[in-house]
Amino acid sequence: MNPYSCFDIIGPIMVGPSSSHTAGAVRLGRLARAMADGLPQAVRIILHGSFAQTYKGHGTDLAILGGILGFDTDDIRIRHADQLAQEAGLDFTIETDDLGESYHANTAKFIMINHFGCEVTMIGSSLGGGKVLINELNGFPVEIEGRLPAIVNTHWDQPGSIQAITSVLANHNINIAYMKVFRKEKRTVAYMVIETDEMVPAEVVEKLMSLKAIVDVRFIAPV
Amino acid sequence: MDIISIEQIVALAEKQHQTIGTIALKNECENQERPETEIKNDMLKNYRVMKESVIQGIKNPQRSKGNLIGGEARKLYTYSQQKHPLSGAMTAETVSFALAVAEVNAAMGKIVACPTAGSCGIVPAVFLSIQKQRQLKDEDMVMGLFTAAIFGTVIAYKASIAGAVCGCQAECGSAAAMASAAAVELADGTPQQAAHAAAMVIKNVLGLVCDPVAGLVEVPCAKRNAMGASLALTCADMALAGIESAIPVDEVIMAMNEVGHALPASLRETARGGLAITPTAQKLSEKIFHS
Repeated sequence: MNPYSCFDIIGPIMVGPSSSHTAGAVRLGRLARAMADGLPQAVRIILHGSFAQTYKGHGTDLAILGGILGFDTDDIRIRHADQLAQEAGLDFTIETDDLGESYHANTAKFIMINHFGCEVTMIGSSLGGGKVLINELNGFPVEIEGRLPAIVNTHWDQPGSIQAITSVLANHNINIAYMKVFRKEKRTVAYMVIETDEMVPAEVVEKLMSLKAIVDVRFIAPV
Repeated sequence: MDIISIEQIVALAEKQHQTIGTIALKNECENQERPETEIKNDMLKNYRVMKESVIQGIKNPQRSKGNLIGGEARKLYTYSQQKHPLSGAMTAETVSFALAVAEVNAAMGKIVACPTAGSCGIVPAVFLSIQKQRQLKDEDMVMGLFTAAIFGTVIAYKASIAGAVCGCQAECGSAAAMASAAAVELADGTPQQAAHAAAMVIKNVLGLVCDPVAGLVEVPCAKRNAMGASLALTCADMALAGIESAIPVDEVIMAMNEVGHALPASLRETARGGLAITPTAQKLSEKIFHS
């Protein structure tokens, strides 16, 4: 079966020069913004591997900042995203570091202070052709591609938590496409990523938030 | 429908007495379960951005992010209008269009990946030039884009359109094959001739490596877009004149895949071989990243 559409070949419309180092970087920035629940107050962007070596020539730094500002991959304002970020009051630094061999060559780490003043950290990679993968969130290993709507939550690692959360979705006729649970230790807080076929409305997110099992929950729209 | 070879699509077009573009459009509508007007409109959006990127690159030259290229498109365009280019005015102008889009891409302007960002200049250049020469409507050009796209889907399926997998032959080579096949149809050639044009293009780029200086989409990428655009026109003319490729296009695509996988990793977009490790490239790289 040939999986390619005519629009996989001609398209997307994007700001150049590279689908992995620019378009993918914009999507990482957009996901970071979503994880921080909107424009953060401050962000340290740490570039690793090929991102660290070639970001200046590919505008990877501008692309990530553009994403954090909420721009799409074809938004021409990306070219001036550093200036626009300053004007928006975003306190940012661009750094380079070696995050370790286990990370993909095109990886960025985000250390953010969100608008509530809480620290949010995220590590994500650009895999090529604009595809991305978030592999770490607040120190927890996760796998989020940003193609489907996703609910990211921290919950108490105890019997019944998962059922309580999934029942809310079932009651609202939201189908779960993929689901993964991660934890560091037994019976403390754990992480859950649920990717759904449908968008999750704000009232469902609020219902989840009101559950005893839930510590925190965030809805991540596809980017 | 599952389209897995060019032979299959040429047979369909011949049987139904339609262009490859028409078959490709119908197939896309069927697969996406959306009406023809919507699908055509989506492609028209792509075409408008392509045109705009050509115009921007010629009118408003910018230096690239890595400062290795910028302004060449305008130089060639001016020359093509004022002098008597050895390759003819149309070829020189087409090549200037390809450089223009590649420059816009390298300066973080808006482009359409076709099939990739690195090879985004070839199809727009050939299309704009043919539209101008033959006074075609945007609607005709949109049908041409479906022709180009269906060739691309078969190449992506049978081989690859990624420089990291198969080298530049898969990026600029695929783009030129797509452009050449579509050019044949835009000039009222037959489906069979379109297939021969694509085959002749790929035969001429077999083994082309991806060796970007400093890892950037600048040198030699812009000039390989130029090569792709002129090659697309040359092969389209050969096909329209009735010249055939002895090796059928599907087999040529398989050969590209085999050659691509035989290339060492150093010549597949890693900037560890070819032009990327010449002394001058190393100096340029040093200047860009450690200034």
